[in-house]
Amino acid sequence: MKLIPIWTALLGGALIGGAASGLLFFNGRIAGISNIVAGLLSPRRGDVAWRLSFVLGLLAGGAVLVAGSSSSISTAHPRSLPVLAAAGLLVGLGTRIGNGCTSGHGVCGLARRSLRSLAATVTFMTTGALTVYIVNHPFWRGNFW
Amino acid sequence: MRQLSAFIFGVVFALGLGLGGMTQPAKVIGFLDIAGTWDPTLAFVMGAAVAVAAILFPRILGRQAAWLGDRFVLPQKKDLDVPLLGGAAMFGVGWGLSGYCPGPAVVSLVTGAPPVLVFVAFMALGLSLARFIRID
Repeated sequence: MKLIPIWTALLGGALIGGAASGLLFFNGRIAGISNIVAGLLSPRRGDVAWRLSFVLGLLAGGAVLVAGSSSSISTAHPRSLPVLAAAGLLVGLGTRIGNGCTSGHGVCGLARRSLRSLAATVTFMTTGALTVYIVNHPFWRGNFW
Repeated sequence: MRQLSAFIFGVVFALGLGLGGMTQPAKVIGFLDIAGTWDPTLAFVMGAAVAVAAILFPRILGRQAAWLGDRFVLPQKKDLDVPLLGGAAMFGVGWGLSGYCPGPAVVSLVTGAPPVLVFVAFMALGLSLARFIRID
């Protein structure tokens, strides 16, 4: 894991916000990745091409990142494959039931000043932090009792 | 044009995620680990993303339609409900377990590494199965 200078972090964030704004300005669409992918998995006529193009853009961007710096995208992972399978299922179900993820609620929704997105963002940040706390600081193994 | 535009902004979005460190799950887990060696870098990523979008969105949405002619497609719901909060809570648990949210996971597919392949396969399963689940 490499440390990221604060200016790089701010630039990364600005690119994310800029890309979301660009998609809204030109295509009239919200850059919510869970929604964009879900629309490809249950396609509706006339609503596929822009989604597929955006996802292909994400993959092309990924290829540029890897070409620029091989450490910019991790290949190793601190969790086991069964845990990642369970996590993937929870992320898929949760973002579909809750109508959005970090991009849709956390960036676009907050930018639209949506109360629903604010509530969702606070909720997933909280359960995310609680989950990491329980996994990384397992009090039941120590002298907690 | 619509496809080209969506493709270009997909590329830019991915570059932003990568520069910001979102494609490094260990870093994301470090950001969520408030009680441990907390790594606040990602707060600047999200903060900058929200700031830029919050400045531009109101100006964009003041238009009659998008530049390429389509109407704006925006969420219509206003009220908080159980599916919203329950779904967000589930998503957060999965995010905390893996350090992956959907965008960075899709971008990371280019590595072809088993961890992200497994995560995205099950995420796709979850996205597809969600319509069979009712929470209310």
